[in-house]
Amino acid sequence: MSTTLSQLDEVKTGAWDGGKSPMNVEYGKIMMWFFLLSDAFTFSAFLIYYGAQRFSKISWPDPDVVFQSIPGITDHGAPLVFVGIMTFILIMSSVTMVLAVEAGHRGARNEVIKWMIWTILGGLTFLGCQAAEWSHLHHEGYWWGSFPETYTGAEQVGALQFANLFFTITGFHGFHVFTGVLINIIILCMTMGNVFEKRGTYLMVEKVGLYWHFVDLVWVFVFTFFYLV
Amino acid sequence: MSKKKIWQVFFYLLGITALEFFIALVLIPKGIVSHGIGNFIYIVLTLVKAFYIVAYFMHLKFEKVSLISSIVVSLIFIVYFIVLLLTEGAYLHVHMNK
Repeated sequence: MSTTLSQLDEVKTGAWDGGKSPMNVEYGKIMMWFFLLSDAFTFSAFLIYYGAQRFSKISWPDPDVVFQSIPGITDHGAPLVFVGIMTFILIMSSVTMVLAVEAGHRGARNEVIKWMIWTILGGLTFLGCQAAEWSHLHHEGYWWGSFPETYTGAEQVGALQFANLFFTITGFHGFHVFTGVLINIIILCMTMGNVFEKRGTYLMVEKVGLYWHFVDLVWVFVFTFFYLV
Repeated sequence: MSKKKIWQVFFYLLGITALEFFIALVLIPKGIVSHGIGNFIYIVLTLVKAFYIVAYFMHLKFEKVSLISSIVVSLIFIVYFIVLLLTEGAYLHVHMNK
């Protein structure tokens, strides 16, 4: 070597030294991840507040008693069955979403369309089930600020908080499902309009897929803390 | 991710949910498992489900370590918040209900 380079002058070539994409993920996808992280904070704030309220009250409504109807079939005697169906539908629609993403990787336009349609149908069915359940609970006397007259004395404090938090949290989740369905419909239309075909990549399907799985993920927690625990 | 793996993860999620129902509808009513232990098992199973959804469906397991850690490490704030608020709730349970 004729010339000696001092250490400081050497151009660094590591992943984080500039000019590279160290996480190897496209910008929009990273932003979707960090949006979901912030959304996770919002949902956990709701659920943790729910936990704190439940810890602090002397009595709390028993989920097996509150949720024991299958709207349209029976009003009582079937604890957890209806929410079980809802959980299954949401997990299923998550699977069809991954299948759409997988088809997108292969550039198989028609398969993406098929699986997106199934995902949208799953989302709409879930929303329908939730509407039925809300309406049933509303008829029983639960709503924001109200609960059935069967609760007496000190039980009323817990029942009120339960009602408020149930509608707020499942409502916020349902709103996410609703927007998820809307975004999925937009993506379906874009796929049908050959937008991704021209762009040469189905990355957009992957990004909305992340959002859709997150909605499923939140439901897993809502299901545990409202219906099981 | 292959189609085979997707369906495998689906059956894991379905199996875990079925197990949760079995605990809630059979084991707890029969008194084989107490409510406290049941709740502990529910939370563990929920975290396992969350892992499968995030790792496989959301593909996080196969991303670069820097992305994985920037997401997962941030969740420490949630753990901290749980500790804070449940402590507060337990305190109120004793002192507010006097």
